[in-house]
Amino acid sequence: MMAVESEFITADVVEVGEFPEIAQQYQVYAVPKVVFNDAVSFDGNRPEASFIGAIESVTGKGSASAPA
Amino acid sequence: MPIIPQEDQEYIRSLFSEKFVNDVTLRFYTQRESAIVVPGRECETCQDTGQLLDELVALSDKLTLDTHDFYAEREEALAEGISEIPAIVLEGENKGKVHFIGAPAGYEFSTLIEDLIDVSRGTTSLEFHSRETLAALAEPVHIQVFVTPT
Repeated sequence: MMAVESEFITADVVEVGEFPEIAQQYQVYAVPKVVFNDAVSFDGNRPEASFIGAIESVTGKGSASAPA
Repeated sequence: MPIIPQEDQEYIRSLFSEKFVNDVTLRFYTQRESAIVVPGRECETCQDTGQLLDELVALSDKLTLDTHDFYAEREEALAEGISEIPAIVLEGENKGKVHFIGAPAGYEFSTLIEDLIDVSRGTTSLEFHSRETLAALAEPVHIQVFVTPT
């Protein structure tokens, strides 16, 4: 959904059940797991603001800490 | 036997006709059906995903299915960030890229339906502040959402 709003976003929805090697690579132990630029991640359903916070943190616009 | 039950088809058809604004193409990377299975090229869900998408695009004349053989067009696929199949690339009024990797089964099917609507409209239901932040981005962000079909 976020990718609809910006040309700079690529959003992949990945069904890891089919790709166990990807699950292993990204250490997916709980779903949904969301990873931003291979750098910041969180598990579970989060409010919209968490997504925006994570995007800001990987683009250097937010704090360096992981989003709450 | 359809994969999408008849009554769901009716519901989705009316949802699409109510919400869709512009055309959307679903570029589907799969592999050709074959009587033989080449080791390393097994794709357990490619055929079902193809049938599901056939049924889905039949529910609106604004949807087009554009099917590609991943192994014949690997370079093109990789160039747009597709390295696994089945994969679906949504193309409409979206500014960024929206990909579904693996079969859009279970809950992911409703995510696909919702994303198709957003991509057709070129807008989302995100809050104003979020849309403003996203519109101001100046460097690439790759979001990967890992899910299982439950």
